Amino acid sequence: MTHTLSTQGLTVGYDGQPLIREITLSLRRGEILSLIGPNGAGKSTILKSLTRHLAPIAGTVYLENDALCGLSPRQIARRLAVVLTERIRPEMMTCYDVVATGRYPYTGHLGTLTAADHAVICRCLDCVRAGDLADRPFACVSDGQRQRIMLARALCQEPEIIVLDEPTSFLDIRHKIELLNILLEMAREKGMTVILSLHEIDLAAKVSDRVMCVQGDRITHLGTPEEIFTPQIIGALYGIEHGSYDVRFGSVELGKPQGTPDTFVLCGGGCGIPVFRQLQRRRIPFYAGVLFDNDMDYAVARPLATRVFVQPAFTSEDARVTQAALEALDACKTLIHSGVPILEGNRACGALLRRALEKGMEIRRNEP
Amino acid sequence: MRNAGRRTAAAFALLVAAFLLLMAMNACIGSLAITPGDVLRIVLAGGADGTPAGNVIWKIRLPRLLAAAILGGALSVSGFLLQTFFRNPISGPYVLGISSGARLFVGLTLVFGLRFLPSVPFAVLMLASFAGSMLCTGLVLLFSRRVSGMAMLLVVGIMVGNIFTAATDFVVTFAQDADVANLQSWSMGSFSAVSWDHLSLASAVIFAALAAAFLLSKPIGAYQLGEDYALSMGVDVRRFRAVLIVLSSVLSACVTALCGPISFVGIAVPHITKQLFGTARPLVIIPGCFLMGGVFCMACDLIARTAFSPTELAISTVTAVFGAPVVIALMLKRPR
Repeated sequence: MTHTLSTQGLTVGYDGQPLIREITLSLRRGEILSLIGPNGAGKSTILKSLTRHLAPIAGTVYLENDALCGLSPRQIARRLAVVLTERIRPEMMTCYDVVATGRYPYTGHLGTLTAADHAVICRCLDCVRAGDLADRPFACVSDGQRQRIMLARALCQEPEIIVLDEPTSFLDIRHKIELLNILLEMAREKGMTVILSLHEIDLAAKVSDRVMCVQGDRITHLGTPEEIFTPQIIGALYGIEHGSYDVRFGSVELGKPQGTPDTFVLCGGGCGIPVFRQLQRRRIPFYAGVLFDNDMDYAVARPLATRVFVQPAFTSEDARVTQAALEALDACKTLIHSGVPILEGNRACGALLRRALEKGMEIRRNEP
Repeated sequence: MRNAGRRTAAAFALLVAAFLLLMAMNACIGSLAITPGDVLRIVLAGGADGTPAGNVIWKIRLPRLLAAAILGGALSVSGFLLQTFFRNPISGPYVLGISSGARLFVGLTLVFGLRFLPSVPFAVLMLASFAGSMLCTGLVLLFSRRVSGMAMLLVVGIMVGNIFTAATDFVVTFAQDADVANLQSWSMGSFSAVSWDHLSLASAVIFAALAAAFLLSKPIGAYQLGEDYALSMGVDVRRFRAVLIVLSSVLSACVTALCGPISFVGIAVPHITKQLFGTARPLVIIPGCFLMGGVFCMACDLIARTAFSPTELAISTVTAVFGAPVVIALMLKRPR
């Protein structure tokens, strides 16, 4: 299998000062690589070095078997296109005109467009589902539309590789999803290799074939999303101290409230999640239980509750766990009933509710 | 798409018609009124026929109107190139102080040259003008890297221009009287008293530079998206920027060497042209700018010499009246 883009001992940085050293990377046709990492870590610096916007301090970038520095600008432009973070403000250009500039490496000396060029432009506009924007002035379209137009412009270069620097910044969630879907389609159907930097790690986990963690002066982690998206690697990459990252859902939680709880949340089956979030926002520490460890409430309670009373899934009631929960409840002033149905399988919750009633504790019911 | 093509054709037709009309008006109107038929007959005769009308046409009006047409066009294209280069609609050879730089160098060459020589060859003046333009552009470029924003570039240009104007005043103060008389009338800016020899030399250079600028239409178009995108499309950005700056300096230097500094043409005409054509595509705008610049300057020159006849206004007085409002409109239209 040939590699569309690879690097050998690439050291990047500004003004001769190395920022990240000896990056070695090779991408196959149709692969999507995401660069993730904290702000200022050097994601853009790496991308700029791949696209010739920044001269590498050491090492080489290869397009297939050709060193990037040995190719003419026109040859490179036919194989590699970019979508940059820089916002362009072209005068009096329609979206069609902007996309048409992507034909640059193919047109003749005066840059006049042939019928074939117009066909490519229309096809690229359709690819990003922006055919209806063609005649609109570029200055008058929304951020989401603008980004799709810039993507169409890059596609117009008919490249093998497309490099995007934070393409989803400034976009709302709908446009983020749309853009990433288009990229996935390009990679899967047309075999385009995509390299992009992303801030949204949850989205990175969903679109990437490979993920590169950019932090410090060397690339320590480069691998499949399954290898990279572990609480340890992500926690260390972003230096998350007060908060957590859930691998399975890609969801991020803020840190748990501090202090000794006087609130117990009776939960299960997803009923507890809104209660946990509410308490977290009001900075009220709490206990949660009794849960099975496969309950979706458990995934959220674990990072947020002071202590979760939990027993393995599919086991029958564990008297020790129930006892521990009852003891914790005795120290509380309030029980919040999240609305979880109390049935055969969660008798422990029933026991907790009875104890609270006997003791005349304040019982609040969370109305959905 | 087809609409855009039709609009371009219509705009060109309009400009060519206006160009020809103003040429005719400039030839006919004046203290000695000459009918269009006589003008045609005199021009077709191929040279002065000894009659007063023939002399007026061949020795005064024809070189003057051609100077206005060609130099006005050159200034406008120079402005368009500078606006592309700085990616700032408020740029032009005059507001960025480049004309003042050229003026100082021409002034110095005149004052010192005439001390040792009976006359200074025009080619030397053109070279001096080019050197001054390049020096000034270099200075503006140097400062512009440290400031951001459209208005700040303008401020830098005005400051640089003022420094050069002050230096020119200094030279004038200490120059001998005869030199000063020479310099004063020239440095006011005027299309009058342009000789055929000088005009043909300047025109040769101007048309070569215009052709080169036209051939750069494609990279100029890419550059309008910004330097980084231009690079990614295969433009050799470093060389392109150098060529752009040299061309715009050559164009404005030719004008300044021949007619002195002329205000607001370079900044206003490209903008009017873009509005007329409804596009900023360089392939259309470069020839469009040349025609529009010619029309603008011929109209202004006609006003300059006829409005308060027999007293003649400085050309910059008239161009400023029409050009400055365009600049103000630009500033108001685009905040930041």
